[in-house]
Amino acid sequence: MNKCMERLYNGIIKENPTFVLMLGMCPTLATTTTAVNGVGMGLTTTAVLIFSNLIISALRKIIPDRVRIPAYIVIVASLVTIVQLLLKAFLPSLDKSLGIFIPLIVVNCIILGRAEAYAAKNGPLESAFDGIGMGLGFTLGLTCIAVFRELLGAGTVFGLTIIPEAYKISIFGLAPGAFFVLAGLTALQNKFKMPSATNGAEGSVLACGGNCSRCTGSACMANHATLETRRLQAEEDALAAKKAAVAQKQAELSAKLDKKES
Amino acid sequence: MKELILIIVGAALVNNIILSQFQGLCPFLGVSKKTDTAAGMGVAVIFVITLASFVTSLIYKFVLVPLNITYLQTIAFILVIAALVQFVEMFLKKSMPSLYQALGVFLPLITTNCAVLGAALTNVQKKYGILFSIFNGLGTAIGFTLAIVLLASIRESIEDNDIPVNFKGSPIVLITSGLMAIAFMGFAGLI
Repeated sequence: MNKCMERLYNGIIKENPTFVLMLGMCPTLATTTTAVNGVGMGLTTTAVLIFSNLIISALRKIIPDRVRIPAYIVIVASLVTIVQLLLKAFLPSLDKSLGIFIPLIVVNCIILGRAEAYAAKNGPLESAFDGIGMGLGFTLGLTCIAVFRELLGAGTVFGLTIIPEAYKISIFGLAPGAFFVLAGLTALQNKFKMPSATNGAEGSVLACGGNCSRCTGSACMANHATLETRRLQAEEDALAAKKAAVAQKQAELSAKLDKKES
Repeated sequence: MKELILIIVGAALVNNIILSQFQGLCPFLGVSKKTDTAAGMGVAVIFVITLASFVTSLIYKFVLVPLNITYLQTIAFILVIAALVQFVEMFLKKSMPSLYQALGVFLPLITTNCAVLGAALTNVQKKYGILFSIFNGLGTAIGFTLAIVLLASIRESIEDNDIPVNFKGSPIVLITSGLMAIAFMGFAGLI
């Protein structure tokens, strides 16, 4: 049981997917226009995450290693379809306001990330709790951002008016506001040197600090480019060293030959 | 003809996939450090989204609708896109090595790019036919390329600027994208 509580703590606080890992940015920015939408999106993702972790963990010994990613995608896509149909039947207003972002849960990196990083290696119970922790962490992150945006943009929180009509800054409810709020958040994290994927290890050229478990995927390209140049550099150096050695040997040989001839 | 142009302009500028729809943010923020890599990613995305829009609308029209299983569209589309990206990669490797050299590294990243699935689902949502789907996909991808190349060139030119310490790195990129989003809001009155 202790392990399960540890998973919850890990998901909600230590490796919070929104604030620390910076995963799943598309829904984070798109669905946080109002607090209700934020909570709805978070809980929908949580439901998918719990069951995908549970099923993938239960099937981890059956799924062959080579086709695991397509298998995971099929499992996640089926779960998303189920959740989408349930939302359409029971919460049509939420379904309408989240729109295309419900089917897009399939490509949310948190879900495939947890499947690959945790559920594929651990038992079903721990994996389900990992899903609950990560899902609640995601919900918490979305709700925080959404409350902030709704308060600034529309002057309300969960529909309750707090700031009078005349003082609202409607840009925060629109697309650019999402970028500004997230910029402010990451700037604060930089300021207080909080653990976050965006302020990677000091002094490392790699954005992730070379730590694959913290990789967000988005920085991968740059990292691969860096690694590639390093590899090429090393190869070049090795080649140069070899050439130098060969040249030296040749010089020695010719010196010996000279001696013999003389 | 006029309608097709309107669809392309609408998808590329008015409803820009990144700056107003928030799809495909990961590559937008991650691969926009240099203009040439951003352009490479953009070309790969144009290629894949246009092709994926075509194939998914074919599958929707000739498989899902006749069999009355349109509720399986998410599963069908994501599998089709994953297979398509693999296929395109193999095809390019075999027959166009020079293009593969340029785009190869970006292709595997595109499967999990929500813009591709998003474009396919939007086509279904808006009830576009096959031709309209292709053009909507093309417009979406042009919008993606435009946004990512613009952001990359802005990032290159502010690299040596005097940015407050706490805003260095991703915060300034996000603020730049926010300002770009404001600029793109100006296109709203275009159609």
